[in-house]
Amino acid sequence: MIGQIANILVDGLAYAMFLFIVSVGLSVTMGLMGFVNLAHGAFAMAGGYVVLTATRYFGVPFLGALVITFLVIGAISVVFERTLYSRLYKAGELDQVLLTIGLAFMAIAGITYLFGPIPQHVVLPHWLAGHIDIGLRTVPTYRAFLIVVGFLLVIALWYGFERTTLGAKIRAAVDNRRMAQSVGINVDLLFTLTFAIGSGLAALGGGLSIHLLGLTPTFALVYLVLFLLVVSVGGLGSVKGTLVAALVLGIFDTTGKYLYAEAGGFFIYAIAMAVLLIKPAGLYGRE
Amino acid sequence: MKRFHLAGLAALALVMSSAAQAQTVKIGVMLPYSGVNADLGTQIDKAFDLYVKLHAKDIAPYKVELIKRDEGPPSGANAKTVATELITRDKVDILAGVVFSPSAIAIAPVLTQAKKPLAIANAGTAWIPGLSPYIVRFSFSMWHPAYPMGQYAAKDLGCKTAAMGYTDFPPGKDSTEAFKTGFEKNGGKIIESIPMGNPAQVPDMTPFFTRVKDAKPDCFYVFIPSGSHASAVVKYYGEVGLKQAGIKLIGPMDVAPDNKLPQMGDEAIGAIVMGHYSKDLDNPANKEFVKAWEAEYGKNFIPDFMSAQGWDTMAAIFDTIKKLKGDFSNGEKVVETLKNYKGNGPRGQISIDPATRDIVQDEHAMQVVKKADGSLGLKVLGTVKQVKDQCKELKVGRCGGN
Repeated sequence: MIGQIANILVDGLAYAMFLFIVSVGLSVTMGLMGFVNLAHGAFAMAGGYVVLTATRYFGVPFLGALVITFLVIGAISVVFERTLYSRLYKAGELDQVLLTIGLAFMAIAGITYLFGPIPQHVVLPHWLAGHIDIGLRTVPTYRAFLIVVGFLLVIALWYGFERTTLGAKIRAAVDNRRMAQSVGINVDLLFTLTFAIGSGLAALGGGLSIHLLGLTPTFALVYLVLFLLVVSVGGLGSVKGTLVAALVLGIFDTTGKYLYAEAGGFFIYAIAMAVLLIKPAGLYGRE
Repeated sequence: MKRFHLAGLAALALVMSSAAQAQTVKIGVMLPYSGVNADLGTQIDKAFDLYVKLHAKDIAPYKVELIKRDEGPPSGANAKTVATELITRDKVDILAGVVFSPSAIAIAPVLTQAKKPLAIANAGTAWIPGLSPYIVRFSFSMWHPAYPMGQYAAKDLGCKTAAMGYTDFPPGKDSTEAFKTGFEKNGGKIIESIPMGNPAQVPDMTPFFTRVKDAKPDCFYVFIPSGSHASAVVKYYGEVGLKQAGIKLIGPMDVAPDNKLPQMGDEAIGAIVMGHYSKDLDNPANKEFVKAWEAEYGKNFIPDFMSAQGWDTMAAIFDTIKKLKGDFSNGEKVVETLKNYKGNGPRGQISIDPATRDIVQDEHAMQVVKKADGSLGLKVLGTVKQVKDQCKELKVGRCGGN
């Protein structure tokens, strides 16, 4: 029994951390900028391909490739933000949805052209490939690694948002954009920076998920539903909300699949629906 | 005078074009060219192209024209529209391809109504040929590998209990039903049956696999659609520790297709699959096929069972063109010829059972092994000769109505 609970917790936690890493960027950009960014999955997918290219063709170590993908995709996203996204900040949600879903389709077509539709895999470094013993059971090292990366990220984001001037400015801009502008905060620059961080995090999540889910160009849309689910359950723009939502969904989904396997992947939707019925704006969303 | 001249020209053009049409058999190819499963379509598409390229001269003076359309997602949502367009607008004489069972199921009524034959190159849900008298299948039924695998697991692998995990769509239920029938008839007992997500995305399979590990069966039978799921299964199998726990991973060949073996890593070693084709299969037609494939597409693009199916499907259509002297105007005649097809392809001896319009072929139990050069390959452990689709023989469920 204890073994079973440990199994579910470890697997659920690893899955939750993956959900958190990819979704937090989406939550930040959507919440902060009020921009419906359906191309977020495309940034994650592109991040996966950057990791793949760096490790396979340039011999960059896996960890280095993760850093590179964060920087590269973050930088590329700035171009998109300045040339396309910034034009639609004041536009309606439908326009934003159409633009970003279009970008996602273009990304899929572009990556298919470059890499083909065939699923890709990364070879993990030796130290991430095996199992480690945590006492109760052995855990795949990669899952333990995901959990650690997730928690480091939680701490970094919490510190960044709560304890730095930059974070204070971002929070101010989230709460009241006009007031923030009137006290001299450069909201445009802040948006660009936040967008870059959000997209970089998506790319990081994409790179980390290759080993878990495999990588094809359609990653951009296939897993988008999951990320949107996490964001809506957590509440827009809230790091804490995203973390709690990822934990709740990840662990409940894993538990459901383990205990009531016959129901398949139904649990994640059931939980999401239950939460949203009670709190339509999400767990930590502003009503 | 001028008007008359023009009319003459038009008439001449009409005669010429209809003469050209009589010479050319239009084949409507339906395969997934986009989406998660586009690599499956690619395997068959390349086999079609290669066969046409190498054998075009065999059917002279007749010609074939391939009109390719995207079959769409595994749900079959798009297939009906595409098939209707191919038949009414492009005026194809025959349809070939279809990777997903839902597509074949969706287009069956269209075929019956239009009296157009479909040569299936993959879609494996057992009862599909029963849906329309115009369907002839050159690939396999889910029962072809799964039923013998059930027998083999109980008798030869000595498994007393088994768990089953499957992707939750018609072929998955079909395959596990077939395995269960074969396994239980030979004294085995199924202790778990787990649906593992939908075919469009690879889910995190860890919870399912952990559950199986805790249930401690002797064998774990897995059905997944060939493609990105295959490497995931092997990965989770090793990662969750089923291999270390002594639970045997078995399944139809979709679990270890040739073209996915290079990415799988050593965790795949020891898995046992039942299937009708492997690149390593030892027969002259296969050696010739693999050689031609590698000459055309290079050594890194590996043919798998889908490629072999595509090759044989096109071979059967070419054979029919020869027998009917290029005249595909009568769909019934085409089906009549296709369903009496006998041939020798990469899979070895194959034929169609005229009564069910489904294929008869050898099934091999194969184990993933490390070859001398360090790469993974499939070693034949045993062969069941000329397997007929047991679903129809035993009249199971919807197969009974055939």
